[in-house]
Amino acid sequence: MRYEPLNLGRWVIWGAMALVFLVAPLVFSGGFALTMLIQMGTMIIFALSYNMLLGQGGMLSFGHAVYSGLGAFLSVHALNLIGKGAFTFPVTLLPLVGGLAGLAFGVLFGYVTTRRAGTTFALISLGIGEMVFACVLMFPGFFGGEAGVSTNRVVGQPFLGITYGPAIQVYYLVATWCFLSIVAMFALTQTPLGRMANAVRDNPERAEFVGYDTQKVRFLQLVLSSFFAGVAGALSCINFEIVSAENVSPIRSGGVLIATYIGGVPFFLGPILGAIIFIFFVVALSGFTKAWLLYLGLFFVTMVVYAPGGIASILLMQIPVIRARRLGELALPYALAAGAALVALAGLIGIVEMVYRLSEQGASTVLNVFGLSFDAQTTPPWIGFALVLAAGLVALRYASRLVGARWGAIQQDLLARRA
Amino acid sequence: MEFFLVQTLNGISYGLLLFMLSSGLTLVFSLMGVLNFAHASFYMLGAYFAYQISTKIGFWPALVVAPVLVGAIGMLIERWGLRQVHKHGHVAELLFTFGLAYLIEEAVHLVWGRSAVDYRVPPDLDGPLFTIFTSQYPIYRGFMMLVSVAMLVSVWLALTRTRIGLVIQAALTHPQTVEALGHNVPRVFMLVFGGGTALAGLAGVIGGNAFVTEPGMAASVGPIIFVIVVVGGMGSLAGAFIASLLIGCMQTFAVALDWNLVGGIKMSQLAPVLPYLLMVLLLIFRPTGLMGTREG
Amino acid sequence: MSANAIELRDVHKSFGKTKIINGVSLAIGKGERHAIIGPNGAGKSTLYNLISGRYPLSAGTILLNGEDITGLRPFEINRKGLSRSFQVTNIFHNMSVYENIRCSVLWAAGYRYSFWHRVGGLRDVAQRAEEVMEKIGLAGRRNVLAGTLTYAEQRALEIGITIAGGASVILLDEPTAGMSRSETARAIEQVRSVTEGKTLIMVEHDMGVVFGLADRISVLVYGEVIATGTQDEIQANAAVQEAYLGAVHKEIASA
Repeated sequence: MRYEPLNLGRWVIWGAMALVFLVAPLVFSGGFALTMLIQMGTMIIFALSYNMLLGQGGMLSFGHAVYSGLGAFLSVHALNLIGKGAFTFPVTLLPLVGGLAGLAFGVLFGYVTTRRAGTTFALISLGIGEMVFACVLMFPGFFGGEAGVSTNRVVGQPFLGITYGPAIQVYYLVATWCFLSIVAMFALTQTPLGRMANAVRDNPERAEFVGYDTQKVRFLQLVLSSFFAGVAGALSCINFEIVSAENVSPIRSGGVLIATYIGGVPFFLGPILGAIIFIFFVVALSGFTKAWLLYLGLFFVTMVVYAPGGIASILLMQIPVIRARRLGELALPYALAAGAALVALAGLIGIVEMVYRLSEQGASTVLNVFGLSFDAQTTPPWIGFALVLAAGLVALRYASRLVGARWGAIQQDLLARRA
Repeated sequence: MEFFLVQTLNGISYGLLLFMLSSGLTLVFSLMGVLNFAHASFYMLGAYFAYQISTKIGFWPALVVAPVLVGAIGMLIERWGLRQVHKHGHVAELLFTFGLAYLIEEAVHLVWGRSAVDYRVPPDLDGPLFTIFTSQYPIYRGFMMLVSVAMLVSVWLALTRTRIGLVIQAALTHPQTVEALGHNVPRVFMLVFGGGTALAGLAGVIGGNAFVTEPGMAASVGPIIFVIVVVGGMGSLAGAFIASLLIGCMQTFAVALDWNLVGGIKMSQLAPVLPYLLMVLLLIFRPTGLMGTREG
Repeated sequence: MSANAIELRDVHKSFGKTKIINGVSLAIGKGERHAIIGPNGAGKSTLYNLISGRYPLSAGTILLNGEDITGLRPFEINRKGLSRSFQVTNIFHNMSVYENIRCSVLWAAGYRYSFWHRVGGLRDVAQRAEEVMEKIGLAGRRNVLAGTLTYAEQRALEIGITIAGGASVILLDEPTAGMSRSETARAIEQVRSVTEGKTLIMVEHDMGVVFGLADRISVLVYGEVIATGTQDEIQANAAVQEAYLGAVHKEIASA
């Protein structure tokens, strides 16, 4: 984890973040935008909790949805009990219930999963995830079976006039918990446990030889991470007013992994970026095309191959160049590369959409884009899009070489200046 | 008695299929250090290819052609995909194969749709093989066992008796030395990866029509294979063998036994969870697996 | 009678059928500087791995300050006051020099698994880390990423991590491996000053380092200690001469 000591800058950044949270629904107004913002807020907490495991602790988990999902289930039952009047508890503090539930399961499963590290840990987490998912379907009494458990968030006494009926109120609830969680999880990275989690990630053997039980470090890190996952689960429960087996599914676990990775695992801010991009893909894109999961998969694989540090790494790499005021030299190569990429993307989208149209039973095979229509059953559009894709890829190859050469020259200069 | 025999035979044939899958995974992991998360996806591709070929031409050509196709795809993926990711470390390799699993499943959705396809046992293999007391044991199950055993024996022979096999065995522990001796280790890696995927594809050819061929089949059998690998001990073929048979029989018996357990749950409902329970128990009492050798 | 710092009683270690350590018994007193020398493959690193808990013993006992530490895990042994360095530099590559040292101080300073202390505000930890960095001469490089240090600097950091926790028994595994003459001379001084008042056990190949630093020397050949004594005793020992010269003769003969 890069730790750059900031001074006044620290307050400016946190203040700016708080401001963004406050102002976002005013900038992105409208029901659809608000839905996305709420889901982004929840996903940010979830992805940050996941990165406590992967980025900070070196633990790759394929079953993190277990903690958020079980947190969600306990929250939904608590909410229903509040609704029935069994006890009074402010809905505002429901994420605490989810968090504690997540933490409890973190203790339970964490004991088993953290006995091993590395690839074995990853597979064990997958196994636990599958087991919990199967169990949830086996006990419809508590988990509601296929339909899940539904609830009503407008229950109990209104808090300062807030009922959480309107979406905007839900947004500010999510935003507050999100901001607090970000602060808390960042603070945790600055503690002895947080530092030793990094040490265990980098060199578990050495960590043992300076007096630390690596298994215990990983266990504690997982327990803390599952608390925040539970918080995210509770917020999801409040937002959607329904919790089902899908909340503990391997798909959810895969989703948070993809989101975190796309954003950037080695950086604290990475998962925040990744969560925003991921929700955008899933919510916005899925409205436009049936192929959104394919596009997400391709994007993810491309990131793994070409940018394993995620979007955050690409952005942060520019900072030394910006400081040296030489970003302008890269403007043209970047523009060329972006243009080539867009061309290739257009060709790819054309082909993918046409394939989807053909494979769908009873759908029209005519594709309408920018006022032009292409019939997927005829040959010319295929050749056309294939050519566009090929041209884009070739152009991208040249453009990326140009970027690489320009980048290398700048890096050499920067190194020479430093020496 | 009859029930016990029939279910044991079923369990063994299922276990052998699982071993075909887990052995390919273990070999690739032992050699390249990368766990192929998409291994079960190649199993699925084998089944779908076999379905396509058997409806157009016939089952017997499919038995040969489909695994070869899958192996070829595996080699291409290794050469153009996995090899690029190798320099980023094991986590990146695992995540690459993870993304690959998504992509393969989407591709299958695209081409063959979201519901199961009617991949059937060929008529000449459809029928009773022999009769145990009053039950008839199907020919196809016997065929499955035959193919599994034949394939595993030939892989074992290829590894221990041929030159390329010896090179592979040497490269398992000392890739740089083997390369220094003039062998093309990257090509060996590509062949082994392709071999592993072809093995998975073959398992798909014979398993796809015995069980079901649908886009979710990779996601349902994949985790069980990983459990087998963990339970048997990462990197141990003997362990994978024992774990495969153990889990194969355990699941077969659980599904067949219609016992009523506590809380209104039947044994057959518990069947999908059993391998994971076994894994959890093993982890508590014997964390390195039955015969653990290599730490992931 | 105060207990010895380290005592090995009839220690055996085999890997499968290969016997590496064949009945080693050794007693090293408190505050002693002890060197273990021997030809390559004698088992010196294995012995270290047994003492520090990295490998389990096949037979025998090891005592630390009179307490039986056989079979304990490395972190348990470290908490009882033993710390070791590694022949192949084993540092936290992705952290700065300062953070490397700080991680080595945290347990000894008593902060354990705390997730409620802000590590930047821990004065005692910071002070100790600064002290250690001064001692190993890396105070000027405190914010440099450990993976980008020069080889000699990394070896110094290796020693720094080893002593930072304040252990009373220090095991150094070839601390001057791969160093030039001047670097070695500086390393000897560093080792001498950082192990002031502690028990030091050192594996070394460089005889100059050994004779300069060690109070007593043990010679390990084929997993057995063939001689223990002061520098003069060892140099006069016939068995030692045989072991070293014999090895030289074999090399010449097969050349």
